[in-house]
Amino acid sequence: MTNHWIDIRNADVVLMMGANPAENHPVSFKYVLEAKDRGATLISVDPRFTRTSAKADIYAPLRSGTDIPFLGGMIRYILENNLYFDEYVRHYTNASFLVSDDFQMPGELDGLFSGYNAEKRNYDKASWSFQRNEDGTPKTDPSLQDPRCVFQLMKKHFSRYTPEVVSDITGTPQDQLLKVYEAYAATGKRDKVATILYAMGWTQHTVGTQNIRAMAMIQLLLGNVGMAGGGVNALRGESNVQGSTDYGLLFHILPGYLPTPNAGQPDLAAYIAAHTPKTNDPQSANWWGNRGKYITSLLRATYDQSLTAEEGFGYDLMPKLDLGQNGSWLMLFDRMHKGGIKGFFAWGQNPACSGSNAGKVREALAKLDWMVTANLFDNETASFWKGPGVDPSKIDTEVFFLPAAVSFEKEGSVTNSGRWAQWRYEAAKPLGNSRPDLEMINDLQFRVRRLYQAEGGAFPEPILKLSWNYGFKMPDGSIPHIDVHAVAKEINGYFLEDKEIAGKLYKKGDPVPGFALLQADGSTSSGNWLYCNSYADKGNLMARRGKNDPSGMGLYPEWAWCWPVNRRIIYNRAAVDMNGKPWDAKRPVVWWTGNGWAGDVPDGPWKPMSDAEGKKPFIMNADGVANLFAPGLNEGPFPEHYEALECPLDKNPLHSERINPTIRLFSAGAVGEDVDAYYSCDQRYPYVATTYRVTEHWQTGVMTRNTPWLLELQPSNFVELSVELGQEKGIKSGDWCVVSSGRGQVEAVAVVTRRFRPFKVQGMTIHQVGLPYHYGWHTPKAGDSANLLTPTVGDANTMIPETKAFMVNIEKKRG
Amino acid sequence: MARKAFLIDMSRCIACRSCQVACKQWNKLEPEATVNRGSYENPPQLTPQLYNQIQFIEQGQGDELRWLFMNQRCMHCGDAGCIKVCPSAGALYHTPEGMVAFNQDKCIECHYCVNGCPFDVPRYDRKKKVTKCHACVDRIANGLVPACVKACPTQTLRFGDRDALIAEAKAAGKTVYGESELKGLGAVYILEDAPQTYNLPAKPAIPASIFLWKDVIKPLGILGFWGAMGAALLHYVTFGPKKLDEYGRRHDDDLNPPEKGA
Amino acid sequence: MNLNRRGFLKVSGGAVGASVLGIGLKPAEAYAQPLAIQYARETTTICPYCSVGCGIIVHSRGNQVINTEGDPDHPINRGTLCPKGASVYQLRDNPARVTEPLYRGKGEREWRKVSWDWALDQIARRVKDTRDANFMEVNAKGQRVNRTDAIASVGSAALDNEECYLYQKFLRGLGVVYLEHQARI
Repeated sequence: MTNHWIDIRNADVVLMMGANPAENHPVSFKYVLEAKDRGATLISVDPRFTRTSAKADIYAPLRSGTDIPFLGGMIRYILENNLYFDEYVRHYTNASFLVSDDFQMPGELDGLFSGYNAEKRNYDKASWSFQRNEDGTPKTDPSLQDPRCVFQLMKKHFSRYTPEVVSDITGTPQDQLLKVYEAYAATGKRDKVATILYAMGWTQHTVGTQNIRAMAMIQLLLGNVGMAGGGVNALRGESNVQGSTDYGLLFHILPGYLPTPNAGQPDLAAYIAAHTPKTNDPQSANWWGNRGKYITSLLRATYDQSLTAEEGFGYDLMPKLDLGQNGSWLMLFDRMHKGGIKGFFAWGQNPACSGSNAGKVREALAKLDWMVTANLFDNETASFWKGPGVDPSKIDTEVFFLPAAVSFEKEGSVTNSGRWAQWRYEAAKPLGNSRPDLEMINDLQFRVRRLYQAEGGAFPEPILKLSWNYGFKMPDGSIPHIDVHAVAKEINGYFLEDKEIAGKLYKKGDPVPGFALLQADGSTSSGNWLYCNSYADKGNLMARRGKNDPSGMGLYPEWAWCWPVNRRIIYNRAAVDMNGKPWDAKRPVVWWTGNGWAGDVPDGPWKPMSDAEGKKPFIMNADGVANLFAPGLNEGPFPEHYEALECPLDKNPLHSERINPTIRLFSAGAVGEDVDAYYSCDQRYPYVATTYRVTEHWQTGVMTRNTPWLLELQPSNFVELSVELGQEKGIKSGDWCVVSSGRGQVEAVAVVTRRFRPFKVQGMTIHQVGLPYHYGWHTPKAGDSANLLTPTVGDANTMIPETKAFMVNIEKKRG
Repeated sequence: MARKAFLIDMSRCIACRSCQVACKQWNKLEPEATVNRGSYENPPQLTPQLYNQIQFIEQGQGDELRWLFMNQRCMHCGDAGCIKVCPSAGALYHTPEGMVAFNQDKCIECHYCVNGCPFDVPRYDRKKKVTKCHACVDRIANGLVPACVKACPTQTLRFGDRDALIAEAKAAGKTVYGESELKGLGAVYILEDAPQTYNLPAKPAIPASIFLWKDVIKPLGILGFWGAMGAALLHYVTFGPKKLDEYGRRHDDDLNPPEKGA
Repeated sequence: MNLNRRGFLKVSGGAVGASVLGIGLKPAEAYAQPLAIQYARETTTICPYCSVGCGIIVHSRGNQVINTEGDPDHPINRGTLCPKGASVYQLRDNPARVTEPLYRGKGEREWRKVSWDWALDQIARRVKDTRDANFMEVNAKGQRVNRTDAIASVGSAALDNEECYLYQKFLRGLGVVYLEHQARI
């Protein structure tokens, strides 16, 4: 989230699309209703009428996978009716930038942008660039009239998304579409603000990134980013999925969103050069210009500090990807399925149910030599070798189950969706012989290191030189009880030598007070620059319980700690005008007092933009402004509608490119026994399906299916379908059904409901059904995972699987 | 002590059911095996292990579709049929806060409270003793709010001074259900539709047969209560010729309530 | 953080003196009795479920957890919880919790209990053997890559930050690059 949970109450309009907060983040609804109490309009857009929709002022249905037309139509509505926030758009976005004359758009190229290579399924992005002056700064037309400026290109691109066209793709009745557009676009005024709450309903599509891009563009056009009650807010699904992302538990990033090194960057200097953007614009803060300080400080926290600058402080020991190597989820299991992975850790995760195309995942697990799994409860992954249809005697995988302590049987911090890192404590010793994960990792690391010390082995240096100083060490080097505070302090970072900065002397061993003081010369360490300041000279700020809210805006600056540097609303310098005065005097976030900023921690200390020394507000972009035109994405600088990989239409209503032209295809389609087969417009699988969560369960249900009070509320897998489809198929509420796709089938109880209704699209009636993905065979009578149905395909940028739109059949179970 | 009450504003309910679970957690009520009958609603009704329950009511269709939710529980009546009919003094009683609680030690397993209740609330547990929502008597006696109220994320459930809560609701222009019925309910509702839509009686009343018991037979001083005659008569007066189900509930209708939609 | 007697309970004077009573008081007897959580130790925690980050208070006596409920001082949830947050008590009071390390050998049909020492030694051995047999110091182009593509990991958004940090440090130390978790799906 750019903003935070409590801030939702400050909105004039709350759009919940691609998210279902009443069900999946119920406590957040406290603030959604508080906004409503203050007069806000609540909008729910969802294929299915949910518990969120039940409380909305406006509900609009849409067919799964058609968010871009829906939002593209809103962009058109805003532009055609001049409802955008002119001053914000001119000064804080790249609307005025001039784009290369070679750039062409889908309206001209039948669904493609310029530069497409059909064989490689990717783009040469050379033409997606700005016209630049000799000093590298972009050429602009502040009047926004030049036909090559971003604003005019955007207007032209989205002019195709008329309400008629949109409604005929999404299935949303036009009057409801316009109701949503009108309510939302009314916030393009300086004293009106709207927030978007989205979640997996947007990310789990082959066009997931562009779904969010489209909405971010709307928020920028309306001047809602940086504002209290505004922003672009991803409602993350797990208590610490924000933290685990911040800490780089992903193939492509290290802690603090530093890219994983690749083979083309043989030394630290090459890495820094590749990842440090440059600008000649004196008003651009260009924050990633600091990359070298952050990677160097991470290396100093990671490896033995005797390593020198010549050795890249340990950079030379780091694992590096081959150029173009993709280690993301789908690729990982594809490799495992092909036998390329021998050893596997499933640490607090249940891929046998959570992985798209779970049947393939289960087959893949059987090809491992060994698997280690840490969890609270036995589950479908840990026990895959005795799952349905599996003969244990034929499975050679050795499996180790490490019993983990539950969250209140250990101490540490978790980061919520609003980026608040909150400390939690041990209320009781771990149950039985279970252990905190930290102890397991500590112990395992020591045992591996001991083997390499004793026996040598392949390139042992990165193991032997990994720094591991988290408590009292026994003579053999083991740490019997790891000190979580020592870990948290290493993450914050230390001065490794006496250092004078801006006239102030920091002593060797002092914690670094904030990331602005991190150094590129090896004199500081920090395990995650974003968390530098969390545990510094003032102690463990994540443990704070201060209840003051001096601004009255719900920032609670003394409760816990929030990255970056306790800034509660990011991009908050966009919440003021060029002179530092809040756009909205009723809801100020930060403001310039004449000699400094007041309010929230500002997004940088510089003077307002009207001052020659001032800086532009979007400091993470090298040009200092927000990107309405985003040349970095794989399928185009503007969002364009493509159908889901599996869809009910044989043709994209807009042009000749049915699916996203840049997604990776794992299969040629419906061929033979291909485990990755997909089926579009195939009469065997005529219904659109989507997956989701319900209030009463969580993720694959390992914790909640094992919580009897919760299982009582939602005891088994179910499938929701419309009354019309129920009639057509002879299915009544309470009937057990079989839902099948090209990959597998699951049993589920029918919930026949008016909350699903058929869509009218392209002259056809299209039915949609939906299933939760919380269940698995390990729980008796509960049914198996809905992910047995979902396809092997991911978003073109993130590779997040498309589990929100695919095709199925449904039949009443016989016998 | 000023009378306390629940104020239950169904317009704020998101049917998350933390009320159901928080109640079970505080009162350490057993989980029950359930099946999905084509609805989110589970367990299908109040049980000895479920003191309050959310009902899911689907209404209308298309653009007029509404999904209403109802929190069913003991209404803690001012004029409580269950107390009135109970032959064992103190088995069911009003707490100083005005809530209806029970003492299983004094329950004589007669089941009369079941028929005395206009809202079909009391249940009998495995020990064959009465049980139901008691407004977390232990919590409210110690200045805490009931567990369900504490947990409710949307302030659908509130608990406090009855007059003040009703005055506040009225000042906000809301119509309340239960202000004066049965000498005032201890669970006062703000509804978005007629009470019947929420499966509530429009004019709740204690069954007439209770008055016969209360005003005629009970004053006989329980003279012949333990006599066969008295017991048989009482049983007929309170139940008629009906049998009880596993929850000590009358078989007026099928155990599974009619389909209310998901 | 233990927050004994932080005003969370307003216990009447008459109720003092019976702190030996545990939980499990049936409402039948409860009215005249002190609160089950009276004199219990209070520990603050954050809910392990969704990302709202609600505060929970865990009441315990000795090593026994007796009650969990919302933290009234927490500015986000203000004492309230959803049903998942309201049920975390059962994550501990739960016979299905695995409380001993388990092992399943090749072709075996059942789990068996093993010791931590044995399990971790066996895992360390397999990590080393697999890594040694599949380590790539340089790739096909002769570029230095220092990695093994034969070991992979998924998880975990269920870990604390400090655990995430150490987990990736450990795995990257081994040269693991197939490193993914819930954020990708």
